[in-house]
Amino acid sequence: MALDFSLSVDQEAIADAFGAFFAAESPIDVVRGAEPLGYSPRLWQKLGSLEAPGMSVPPHAGGGGATLSDLVVVAEALGESIAPVPLVEHWVASRAYPTPEIVSGDQIAAIALRPADAEGIWRLVPGGAVAGVVVGVDGDELVAVHSSAPMVSPRNHGSAPLADRSARGGQRVVLGEAADLDRYLDLWRVLTAAALVGIAERAMRMGVDYVLERHQFGRPIGSFQSIQHGLADLPALVDGGRFLAHKAAWAFDAGLVDGAGVIDMDEGNITEFAPLAAMALVHAADAAAVSTDRSLHYHGGYGFSLEYDIQLYFRRARGWANIIGDLSLQRRRLADLLWGRAEATAGR
Amino acid sequence: MDFRLTEQHEALRSEIRACIDAHIDDEVIERAHRTGANHCVELAKALGDSGLLAQAMPGEGQDPMAMWMLSSEAEKAGAPFDSVGMALVIAGVLNEAGTAAQNQRVTAALLAGEEFVCFGLTEPDGGSDLPAITTRAVRDGDEWVINGSKMWTTMAQVSDWVFLLTRTDSNAGRYGGFTVFIIPMDTPGITIDPIHTMSTERSNATFYDDVRVGDEWVVGEANEGWRVVSIMFGFERGMANTGALTPLLARFGKWAEASGVIADPVHRERMAQVAIDAQVAELLTQRTAWTAAVGEPSGTEGSIAKVFATEAYQRHARWAQAAAGPEGLLGLNEPGAATDGWIDHDVRHSVPQTFQGGTTEINRNNIAERHLNLPRAR
Repeated sequence: MALDFSLSVDQEAIADAFGAFFAAESPIDVVRGAEPLGYSPRLWQKLGSLEAPGMSVPPHAGGGGATLSDLVVVAEALGESIAPVPLVEHWVASRAYPTPEIVSGDQIAAIALRPADAEGIWRLVPGGAVAGVVVGVDGDELVAVHSSAPMVSPRNHGSAPLADRSARGGQRVVLGEAADLDRYLDLWRVLTAAALVGIAERAMRMGVDYVLERHQFGRPIGSFQSIQHGLADLPALVDGGRFLAHKAAWAFDAGLVDGAGVIDMDEGNITEFAPLAAMALVHAADAAAVSTDRSLHYHGGYGFSLEYDIQLYFRRARGWANIIGDLSLQRRRLADLLWGRAEATAGR
Repeated sequence: MDFRLTEQHEALRSEIRACIDAHIDDEVIERAHRTGANHCVELAKALGDSGLLAQAMPGEGQDPMAMWMLSSEAEKAGAPFDSVGMALVIAGVLNEAGTAAQNQRVTAALLAGEEFVCFGLTEPDGGSDLPAITTRAVRDGDEWVINGSKMWTTMAQVSDWVFLLTRTDSNAGRYGGFTVFIIPMDTPGITIDPIHTMSTERSNATFYDDVRVGDEWVVGEANEGWRVVSIMFGFERGMANTGALTPLLARFGKWAEASGVIADPVHRERMAQVAIDAQVAELLTQRTAWTAAVGEPSGTEGSIAKVFATEAYQRHARWAQAAAGPEGLLGLNEPGAATDGWIDHDVRHSVPQTFQGGTTEINRNNIAERHLNLPRAR
């Protein structure tokens, strides 16, 4: 074992296969065609024929048994194509509740990121508009609830299939305690971070392509230093996000969870999964927000028009990240993991 | 990807740390700040004696992880290490481009931690535009006669050698006609004027008046000096001085706990952001070392790491000072100073990080042109 920033041979193959799949099956007109719901049943069906929906489930439960690192590679490819399928949510929910229908992808599962409210409603569940099963916390319990998917979503910033779903209004299966949700949320954080890295990477490339093509003052605008320098800040954000997502996945796959890893703030040494997952999400959300913002800005008015694709990326950069709640609160939660909870640490 | 260091690297890191701990205490640190020389002979000698400098020297066939670990452990300990870092870079350049005699005389002494070297590159009118330098070396019989002046020859006052870039042919194009020398500092005709800075670090202007040296001090071929400085830039960038956020946050965190500030959610939020940026800076730096180790450096990884790490360091040091209030204004070791005055030092010390060793703007040009393949803008 040694420091290694390359993908394994298998992961290269996964990246190539899913990169080619999303390029062929989820080109931008498929993304546009799926708006405003943000879901393509045809694309989901094709993912099912690749056995992608069951990848995250262990083999003994009938799934593909992919490592989290492998899933990160696929999620980045999905983000690059902003593919209109709730694959990340499905992967996370199916780890908690791997029924044969869910593992095969015949039934979509989603995960409620916030507990049910006093009325027993999970608000704005990502993937909730198209999922037949929602996994989430209701009171003291982690439950899975079967009910029919509404197949409509309120109009929203990232054209995501969001819906309010009842935690009590269908067949209800108790999976565990409320606290069990944390580990699934961390998986969601890492995989969403990877998808946001894909968005950031593609938006950066779109920006570079556009400034080379667009001429003003008789030259490509990409030859102007002010524009070059705005783009030159992006590789650090994109690469940093990719490495953080992979480091978190590496920690998970190596079993560095529940205190088995290291959190040493004197040495700057962090190998514990949960804080790495939190870092990956916050950083990738920033990276995607900045990358899509700069890229859209260099497109000028065209980037603001619906006709150009960068606006699709700009909106998903925000929509996919903010669905978990205020990212400032995610930072405070990270502080709790690194330094202990506020009331326990002051004056120590 | 794999983020675990090998057992050999963990052992090497422990050895480096033990050596630093054995030779660095508050008094040594205080001396470095008082004298303005980020330099500790005892530490250099100990690192040299244990073979750690020879291991950490950059270059082909060397282990780039060793240089990164040496730099990052020194940064965490607040150890005066700059003179050693500079010696390692020049040792690596001489090892790759120097003569056997130069390596025997100079490189060996640098790697023993017994002698030191300053960089004579930048001039009053040639900084980022380094090819604009005017210091000239002219042939006179068997000798070269050097006239000119250099700026920011930091560490000249403790150095035995200067690594000097000169013009030897003004008609050989922008990057042609340069010659690099390695010259003993006590050669007649060299004078040093101190430049005091707003951090405790002292730099210098150095002047070269009819300095006469023989061919034995030419590094590489005469008129091929640009190749030699390019090797140096490859070594200098992105593996050192990118780890400052970790000690900044460690010290701030301790102060925040002791003062109760840590209970403030706004401060907690920002501390978490510093922790994220510290991780990103470390990962980008490790990637730079790793690409060098596997022999696939694109030449932009170092720029990417340096721009991110140094800008984040400035941003967060200034925040930490503001967050610490009046006590954050007090200098190193002043009674009552937050973090014993390290915050004040960090704000000062972070200022030159975005221009020394390649400005942020030159690094952004490098990233734009060579990583994003945008057209050359100048």
